[in-house]
Amino acid sequence: MNALLNRLLDRRLLPLIGPLLLLALWQLMLSAQWVKPVLLPPPGETLAHMADTFISGSIYPDLWSTVYRTLCAFAIAVAIGVPLGVMLGSSEGAYRSVEFLIDFFRSTPSSALIPLFMLIFGITDINKIAIAAFGAALIVLFNSAYGVMNAKKTRVMAAQIMGVSRWHIFKDVMLMESLAQTFVGLRSAVSMGLVIVIVAEMFIGSETGLGHRIIDAQQVFNIKDMYGSILITGALGYLLNLMFLLIEKRVIHWSGKA
Amino acid sequence: MSGPLPDMVLDVVASVPTTVLTLPPAPKTHVTVRGLHKSFAGAPLYTNFNLDLPRSQIVSIFGPNGCGKSTLMNMIAGLMPMDAGEVLFDGKSLKDTKIGYVFQNYRDALFPWITARDNIAYPLRRSKMPEAQVQARVDELVKLFEIRFDLSRYPYELSGGQMQTVCIMRALAPKPEVMFLDEPFSALDFEMTLFIRAKLQEAHVATGVTMVIVSHDLEDAVFLADQILLLTRRPTRIAEIVPFNLPRPRSPEAVSDPEFVRVKGHTLEVFRREMAA
Repeated sequence: MNALLNRLLDRRLLPLIGPLLLLALWQLMLSAQWVKPVLLPPPGETLAHMADTFISGSIYPDLWSTVYRTLCAFAIAVAIGVPLGVMLGSSEGAYRSVEFLIDFFRSTPSSALIPLFMLIFGITDINKIAIAAFGAALIVLFNSAYGVMNAKKTRVMAAQIMGVSRWHIFKDVMLMESLAQTFVGLRSAVSMGLVIVIVAEMFIGSETGLGHRIIDAQQVFNIKDMYGSILITGALGYLLNLMFLLIEKRVIHWSGKA
Repeated sequence: MSGPLPDMVLDVVASVPTTVLTLPPAPKTHVTVRGLHKSFAGAPLYTNFNLDLPRSQIVSIFGPNGCGKSTLMNMIAGLMPMDAGEVLFDGKSLKDTKIGYVFQNYRDALFPWITARDNIAYPLRRSKMPEAQVQARVDELVKLFEIRFDLSRYPYELSGGQMQTVCIMRALAPKPEVMFLDEPFSALDFEMTLFIRAKLQEAHVATGVTMVIVSHDLEDAVFLADQILLLTRRPTRIAEIVPFNLPRPRSPEAVSDPEFVRVKGHTLEVFRREMAA
């Protein structure tokens, strides 16, 4: 009996408890008739429908276009944000002079800029990628800049004493030192990119994408597909974050230890 | 007309800071500090401060809190600007001199993204030394320090004493002319302090490098030193330079040697006097 309890309380199984509770609550809400089944399909049926969309393959075009847009936006954000952030971070004066702009646009919900981007880029795929890249780039830039600015002074001094050139101090010490913070930025940026892509897919005329699928399902009252798509979007966000965490652990092996 | 001239000359001499021209270095001097000025927020710390550090000797800097022991060393090492003054290494400027520096905080001084061995090799590789020579030099240091832990580990995987040992090896790797150590033992336990003290002494005997150590522990300051430089409260002057000639290598038991006890006692006396002043 005790052994069974121990098995049940295996620490590795603990993370499963939350999702199981949520499913149980979901079912309870239906069984107790707190919510009408037209508004909330049973969890089993929803999950089965979700599996169906994978088996039939109907989800893939939408899933891939969302993944594609998010990754494109992310790639642009990194290509612009990291070099610019590192440059600004290595000269505190330069950073301070544009700090207000960065903070201002970082605090502005990027979705508020969707109409503006529609004027510039029209109703295209490029528009969705551009706005997501804009929001994500600011996060990357901000974190890279702070990573460089907060480089441990002792390490920089240690390299100075060795007579290492300024360029090598920058490349070998400050840049390496900033990586941990940069990765925090990358992780937040990919989540932000996904959020903006989903919103853009909902409201900027779109033929594909999970955002488009969610709002379409809602419009035609295909409730099961709506919930399924929401769950898939959530899982996508979770997996992207997890992927970056794993890469971070491998690449920035010293993070939090030094 | 010729009457008042000598007075004027004297006035000029008194108001102009000392240089190596007006005060030549003592024989066998390695590092010469002349006319050093430094003030913090208007309060003078050093005014017209002069110092000669002897070649191939270990000088410990000791003095009351806030007298600027580390500040003095950091200005000599070029880590902190001085308001005025000159520092010459064998008549050369710092720019043309190879120096080593060991920080109090070894954790923040090592590069955690590369292994301990690569940390030691880093200054050599950056000075464009061929890789074979780099490896030979690191192996030489491993032998000198009798390293038994795994240098292919990352710094954060090592103990505090091991990290500080790696810091010292890294500072010694390019064969510096002068080595500066800022409270190298203050974050170490007693066992590691004994170990590193012994290793520093061996390295000093083997290389003859001039060393400057800042310490707040009187026993550490005296144990390694050929000279103990005692500073006053601010504005800081030299209270006394105490020679300590106990032959090397000094074993840990040297702390009960009558000469050690005498020098430590005398140093403490001067320190107390300066505290009261």
